[in-house]
Amino acid sequence: MTDPVRSVIGVALNFHETLVRLAPSFTGAPYKHPPQAPVLYLKTPNTWIGSGHNIPCPAGTPRLRMAGTLGLIISRTVCRVKAENAFHHIGAFTVVNDVSIPHESFYRPALRERCSDFFCSIGQSAKPFNTDLEIDVLVNNVLRSHVHTRSLVRSIPHLIQDISEFMTLHPHDIVLIGEPESSPLCGPGDKVRVEIPGVGFIENKVVAAS
Amino acid sequence: MKHARIAYAGSVHHATPASDGHLLLDDGRVVHEDLVTWLPPVVPGIILALGLNYIDHAKELKFEAPKEPLAFPKAHTALVGHRGQTRRPAGVTFMHYECELAVVIGKTARSVSRQRAHAFIAGYTVANDYAIRDYLENYYRPNFRAKSRDEATPLGPWLVDAADIADPMNLRLTTTINGQITQQGNTKDMVFDIASLIEHFTSFMTLQPGDLILTGTPEGLADVKPGEEVVTEIEHVGRLSNTIVEDWTK
Repeated sequence: MTDPVRSVIGVALNFHETLVRLAPSFTGAPYKHPPQAPVLYLKTPNTWIGSGHNIPCPAGTPRLRMAGTLGLIISRTVCRVKAENAFHHIGAFTVVNDVSIPHESFYRPALRERCSDFFCSIGQSAKPFNTDLEIDVLVNNVLRSHVHTRSLVRSIPHLIQDISEFMTLHPHDIVLIGEPESSPLCGPGDKVRVEIPGVGFIENKVVAAS
Repeated sequence: MKHARIAYAGSVHHATPASDGHLLLDDGRVVHEDLVTWLPPVVPGIILALGLNYIDHAKELKFEAPKEPLAFPKAHTALVGHRGQTRRPAGVTFMHYECELAVVIGKTARSVSRQRAHAFIAGYTVANDYAIRDYLENYYRPNFRAKSRDEATPLGPWLVDAADIADPMNLRLTTTINGQITQQGNTKDMVFDIASLIEHFTSFMTLQPGDLILTGTPEGLADVKPGEEVVTEIEHVGRLSNTIVEDWTK
């Protein structure tokens, strides 16, 4: 392969509202304890699309979850960095629509649910200015989700710290900060716009998979 | 044919075996294998690893064999070449190897049936999919902190062409720690065979040349300590050596 190898890393359970809703189940089977390390997943290269590309809804799946999120684009190799130094390793922000098949269980790796083809729309990179941001998701021009980065369980610097403790992040890697609890479900025909004021927007249409 | 990626005298080369422990580099030079740094033989965009794909290993871990493949992706930063080092984190109590047959995809694969699956395989290599059990959590288990650590997935030494492996579903796997056998198995005991795995993954993911499927490990787990040499070997595919070292940084 000629492109630089890069990773797009997602973080589950990183909005307070989701963690609060699920907290009672996290002390029972199969979880036993609340999560300690960040709950990570990858958006593999087959998922990557840009604004304007269609998102296929697999046969037998009525709705897909559209998690509008902020992507942190790594600019310098980062390994075992402390939170207070983490921001120096982020070169740019981008708008991401992290698509998934809705799933209730966090017990087993949700490969099909998260890594089906074209399940990650990534926007243009923008210069980072601050981490105090609002993320909107509009479906067919109607606002369906409005969240603030203040609601993160792990802040942006703490995410970089806790991931780089065991996984080196390289330039061009992208860390997704989390999925808003209010992320809407969409089906074929829906037009989805994710917008982060000051960063940019992406727009994709959900279609039935051919 | 066997293919390696190595670094020699300041640059990266493709290499093939020559006589008496030597390698033939792509520029015609012949060098002894002790003088090169072995790199992972492929540079994958996607690495998928199987959990509980040998019935005996599932029993050993007190799990029922899954009804559909239990697979997790790994980051490419987890790979390290033959004769490399893997760090054992300070203070952990159980870190074990997992000897696995790794399938390397040869051409773009989407919606591939089991019957056609073998035509999409470039070849095979050996993986050692280390796990740090102290860090296992029941969220997307096995989770990244336990399974996708830097340099904790040795791969190699060779990519062996698919044409050279008569029956990938009947290969002996062996792991030794400092020469003592600790794990033995055979790829015929996989729960989901290679063709089924390719059919399953490509039903929702497009795989590209160089992408990897690590097909799971049989029973026989053991703790590994700094200074120990762990050799994971698969008949006709290769003998992959790795040394466990202390993790001094922090």
